[in-house]
Amino acid sequence: MRAVDALMECLKAEGVDVVFGLPGGANLPTYDAFYDAGIRHILVRHEAGGGHAAEGYAKATGKVGVALATSGPGATNLITPICDAMMDSVPVVFITGQVRTELLGTDGFQEADMIGISMPIVKHSFMIQDPLEIPRSIHEAFHLARTGRPGPVVVDIPQDLSRADIPYEPVSDVRLPGYQPTTEGNQKQIRIAAKALANARRPIIYAGGGVVASGAAAELTELATCDRFPVTCTVMGLGGFPGTHEQWLGMLGMHGTRAANYAMDEADLICAIGARFDDRVTGKLSEFAPRAKFIHIDIDPAEISKNVPAHIPIVGDAKNILPRLTAEYRALGADPGRLEEWWSRIRVWQERHPLRYEDSTDSEIKPQFMIQALYEATGGEAIVSSDVGQHQMWAAQYYNFPRPRRWINSGGLGTMGFGLPAAMGAKVGCPDQTVVCIAGDGSVQMNMQELATCSQEGIAIKVFIMNNGYLGMVRQWQELFWDKRYSQVDMGQWPDFVKLAEAYGATGLRLDDKHTLVSDMKEALATDGPVLVDVRVTREENTYPMIPAGQPARNMVG
Amino acid sequence: MGEPATKEVLSLDELEAVSGLRTGRKHILSILVENKPGVLTRIAGLFARRGFNIDTLAVGPTDDERLSRITLTLDGALHPIDQVTKQLHKLVNVLKIRDLEPRETLARELAMFKVSADGASRAEVMQLCEIFRGKVVDVTKRSLVIELTGTCEKVDAFEQLVRPFGLIEMARTGEIAIARGRSET
Repeated sequence: MRAVDALMECLKAEGVDVVFGLPGGANLPTYDAFYDAGIRHILVRHEAGGGHAAEGYAKATGKVGVALATSGPGATNLITPICDAMMDSVPVVFITGQVRTELLGTDGFQEADMIGISMPIVKHSFMIQDPLEIPRSIHEAFHLARTGRPGPVVVDIPQDLSRADIPYEPVSDVRLPGYQPTTEGNQKQIRIAAKALANARRPIIYAGGGVVASGAAAELTELATCDRFPVTCTVMGLGGFPGTHEQWLGMLGMHGTRAANYAMDEADLICAIGARFDDRVTGKLSEFAPRAKFIHIDIDPAEISKNVPAHIPIVGDAKNILPRLTAEYRALGADPGRLEEWWSRIRVWQERHPLRYEDSTDSEIKPQFMIQALYEATGGEAIVSSDVGQHQMWAAQYYNFPRPRRWINSGGLGTMGFGLPAAMGAKVGCPDQTVVCIAGDGSVQMNMQELATCSQEGIAIKVFIMNNGYLGMVRQWQELFWDKRYSQVDMGQWPDFVKLAEAYGATGLRLDDKHTLVSDMKEALATDGPVLVDVRVTREENTYPMIPAGQPARNMVG
Repeated sequence: MGEPATKEVLSLDELEAVSGLRTGRKHILSILVENKPGVLTRIAGLFARRGFNIDTLAVGPTDDERLSRITLTLDGALHPIDQVTKQLHKLVNVLKIRDLEPRETLARELAMFKVSADGASRAEVMQLCEIFRGKVVDVTKRSLVIELTGTCEKVDAFEQLVRPFGLIEMARTGEIAIARGRSET
């Protein structure tokens, strides 16, 4: 059988039900195989859109996403999604075409050294050198993408090798002697962690995207509620703990709540779970949580003590570790009364400094109000993707995510243009769910073209553009830190999103009245097919509160 | 579940951070990798982007043709070695890493020195060569090429001594190392 037909068999064996891609010269054989392989292929309009769609699919479903591109520019267009998937630990397999082996290294037409270019931003990559390697490499790629700390894997297949004939036998095992992730978690360390928790008077649980990736949200709630541990999450961890729970302090970090950041600042014990102490969380590292000792639970040993030295490191899968930690903690019979003082201090912060904004007195829509309206219109039950910028932070602050895998954003790389294609991928993976994208008028234009894909494929995403006519977050920084010298942030009135939506075969709406916003949004949500909603919001509104970059949490402003 | 030696009461004050420390000495890492294309690039790239400086690097075959051994030395005063090894372990083609204990390790490198040696200085250079158990492998009227093996400290010392005579060129392999005794490196 042709190697590409074997490739299709491998994809089916891995349970792949959909791939996102765009054909070209070097992957023509693969596309010939797709012709009758019986795998759904979604023809995207730009490879980056395909890559982000595969990410959105993976984040919403927990399954491995697949994106395809041809050699050269097709492959390099995948670089941003690959890097994004690396930073946010998203399981995606990227399959790229490559020029014929005889042309390799000759600067042939559409030749790019994809393995070399992507090397720093992949979990692993395979350069196929013999068609016989294809089936095993594909299975190894899926195994690597999905297990341990998930991440992107690239498989680069030269055109001539992909059309070669090979004897195909299903591969039932993977052989990766250099890859053995630790999932178990050391019992002795878990016991020490339980004791530390039992002795802490000002503890806090700081959970990240690892809790979501591990599927350990229920286990986290179990741990948090076996006593009354306060919980905060990173922007990647939102939904890992219910956003309406009474022990929930809100998101932490640069635009987190004061309660969460102050609690981190004053804590005596921080239990970090699947989080990596990013600079947007720690602020000034030398003054981060100065009184705290750290339990650090992570499946990636290299994260432990990378930025902040851990006192009790536990390497393993949170889903495996948290129930054992909860059991050990329960067995100690700690006195819950000891946390009273801590909670009364936290409650003061919560009462004094809730998330707040000054609402308009007329019909003007404040951006924060827009998120609250969307929360109400969707009953808090939508899968929400977002782009990157002010709207992302407001969405993170005001949409109280009740469950994991409902919040799909680009946290680590901060990729503008992520939201729309990610929503598309999420909707393909979860066709029965309401999928909305909260976009900025700047971000959305970076992968707008995928609206055509949505129309063609009937992917009914609802995109809500928070339109302030600015690159809002950059404008905010220029206002606060660059003396209001607004340099290259005014996006003007272009394009006309309603007309553009119609040109793409989607429904376009414009909303600018806060009094009817919720019902207008409900109407948009009830409209068939893809819908693009241009919501006009206050032009110059700042995202607060805020830890100015490079400063400690207690210096929060706004 | 019964692990001994954990104290019943644990005060938070007793907890100490367990890693991320700088040792302040030279480290020799012996890394067993799969003999596949691109492996060295992955390792070199990792060092470059994480800002780890490699002092020396030597790559060669092992007794198993499917494997290669990379020996590299780096300064434990500049880098937290545990972070370096943990990052290396994430590379799928890396099978095994040993941070070799200096006292239990035999480390050697090969160096070649081209020294100007005419008339008067020739005898002196050859005498130094003999003291260091080097070997003269090429002679012309005005120069000598000396081959020397030893620890990097020995090679450094020899370099200091011959430099005043006129060191024309020098080439060094970087150290390779193997564990003493029966146990595997």
